[in-house]
Amino acid sequence: MHKTLGVSLGLAVLLASGGAMAGKDLDAIKAKGHVVCGVPTGTAGFALADSQGKWVGLDVDVCRAVSAAIFGDSEKVKYVPLTAQQRFTALQSGEVDMLSNNTTWTLTRDTALGFDFGAVTYYDGQAFMVSKKLGVKSAKELNGATICVQPGTTTELNLADYFRANKMTFKPVVIEKVEEVRAAFFSGRCDVYTNDSSALYSTRVANVPAGQSPDDYIVLPEIISKEPLAPVMRHGDNQFVDIVRWTQYAMIEAEEYGITSKNVDEMLKSENPAIKRMLGVTPGMGKALGVDEKWAYNIVKLVGNYGESFDRHVGKDSILKIDRGLNRLWSQGGLQYAPPIR
Amino acid sequence: MAVEALGSAPRTKVAPWNDPTVRGWVFQVVVVGLVGLLAWYLVDNTITNLERQKIASGFHYLGREAGFEIGDTMVEYSPASTYARAIYVGMLNTLKVSVLGIIMATFLGTLLGIGRLSNNWLLSKICEWYVEAFRNVPLLLWLFLFYKLISEAFPGPRQAISAFWGTVFLSNRGVYFPVPLADAVFKWMGVALLVAIAGAWALHRWARRRQDATGQPFPSIIAGTGLIVGLPVLVWLLGGAPHHMSWPALKGFNFDGGSVIQPEFTALLFGLVLYTSAFVAEIVRSGILALHKGQTEAAAALGLTRGQSMRLVLLPQALRVIVPPMTSQYLNITKNSSLAIAIGYPDLVASINVTINQTGQAIENVLIIMAAYLSVSLSISAFMNWYNKRIALRER
Repeated sequence: MHKTLGVSLGLAVLLASGGAMAGKDLDAIKAKGHVVCGVPTGTAGFALADSQGKWVGLDVDVCRAVSAAIFGDSEKVKYVPLTAQQRFTALQSGEVDMLSNNTTWTLTRDTALGFDFGAVTYYDGQAFMVSKKLGVKSAKELNGATICVQPGTTTELNLADYFRANKMTFKPVVIEKVEEVRAAFFSGRCDVYTNDSSALYSTRVANVPAGQSPDDYIVLPEIISKEPLAPVMRHGDNQFVDIVRWTQYAMIEAEEYGITSKNVDEMLKSENPAIKRMLGVTPGMGKALGVDEKWAYNIVKLVGNYGESFDRHVGKDSILKIDRGLNRLWSQGGLQYAPPIR
Repeated sequence: MAVEALGSAPRTKVAPWNDPTVRGWVFQVVVVGLVGLLAWYLVDNTITNLERQKIASGFHYLGREAGFEIGDTMVEYSPASTYARAIYVGMLNTLKVSVLGIIMATFLGTLLGIGRLSNNWLLSKICEWYVEAFRNVPLLLWLFLFYKLISEAFPGPRQAISAFWGTVFLSNRGVYFPVPLADAVFKWMGVALLVAIAGAWALHRWARRRQDATGQPFPSIIAGTGLIVGLPVLVWLLGGAPHHMSWPALKGFNFDGGSVIQPEFTALLFGLVLYTSAFVAEIVRSGILALHKGQTEAAAALGLTRGQSMRLVLLPQALRVIVPPMTSQYLNITKNSSLAIAIGYPDLVASINVTINQTGQAIENVLIIMAAYLSVSLSISAFMNWYNKRIALRER
């Protein structure tokens, strides 16, 4: 009796708080003075607490940029590390304001789960990592393999679909904690580890056990799914959703115009009307979004443009050294394209 | 008013607020009403909020294609099966590990408990250390340890250790062993086995009653064993003695053919059994110690050996003390089996978790999982209560 009551009360608090927030997310964020951002529990390059306990990574930069746009300060963020399993409930219940959690944008999540997605922050795709010792060159050779996979994502479905489509069989080993999945893979319990390719590169470099080297493992060339990763918000506050979406666009657009965190002050003097509009020299955009006119200036100044953020955390200046690939600007053959800020 | 009529002894009239019976009723009605109101508030609030956030609810998703694979299944399952099937597969896996765990923990625990009371110093110390070691470390850590031991200590499938002339293979993928190829006869052998067990039990009862009445013994144990072994074999012979086996053989990455006990299952079962048997041992020990010393002495005076006095005199009486707390341990095994998620054994919780994430129907799935564990636990409780009543001291 006691236990049931406790659980119900907990549930009641959870649901009640969820109700109170709906529709007023931005007001609530402004009132409490910080954004509560759900991030991955620890993926090198995307979100990882450093030795000082400060969160860094590409996902973290999204939260910082939103904070910069709303508060003019990139550090007004409270990070809540969430597993793939916990994240949606945490967002639905109002425990976090937004997710920047390597979440794949899908129709079901956008509709039936009651969410809205921001702009795509990383174009990812699911891939396979194997030990070089196996001598496998293609995912088509994986028939009968044992595959380590983390539950609660689209990963499991893509995996089953791919093997069904290619008339192959596999045995999954499904473990919830990412550390344990990696350990199972590196100890040889599985032949293959599957995840988004970004996460595989991250694991290969950052988590390979002592005595083995990243070069002992390869990521197979096949990309078996489309994984556009984007921030997630609850239905109900379009203004907040707009801010998150245009924050990402501002970072992309800044890269396009060559505005970086270093030269943004000089760019204020630019004669280009698009730059003047974006940086708030010509007012209007901030008002339309419901934030300060210097919103984009603050984002670039405090966080950087998209290219800077990418290079710093996952690209050429990081240990991961992931190729920009699909995440190049549209003008350079990639998919990152921002609608005009006007 | 009806209440007052019930306790109808004539007594001085008291005001209703001073009447303990009336007051008792009023309080109970108020409490039930408050709990009902709270429940109604919660349900209503939940539904309203789900609607406001445009989250679909209901159990329709159970019929949709699950789309994910499960690594260890007792029944036919593929990604094309439904969510309901996936949950059923998980439920069976939970039951498998729980039932085996309960049986094995009972045996091991009883031996340990008796061992701790042994006059042999070494034996009793070993049992004591075992109990202290296992019950003082969290189960989750044991699970991680066993899982790590299996996956690190055993070689990969290509370097598997072979045993029994190359028919059984040990690797970090589990134990592969040959099994007979499926044949229709096996189903009838199963039926024959059940019939034989029932027959042996009836025979044993009959023999017991006859011995009580006439004093004539009947070798019911030998006859019963013969029946249990003989009847299925007879059915097998009648069915044409199918003897084609499926042998495990290395093919590509893994072994193909035969059957396998996977490391996740082994680690979970070992963890549950070794951990819980420590508690069972203490319960058994306390049950035996609860008996009056005179029982042991009387048994010895009758000329029974220590083994006989344990089996015929002490344990049957100790059971009365042992059974109630044992029920809790059985429930614990069942519920602790949900730690499977940590080491990747596909139990009920694993199936439900994936389903929650694919469908987003958290509340419905949590209800299913609660109902599932509740019904298993209540079944165990009901059985144990029945058993407890059966062995209870009948006072005349």
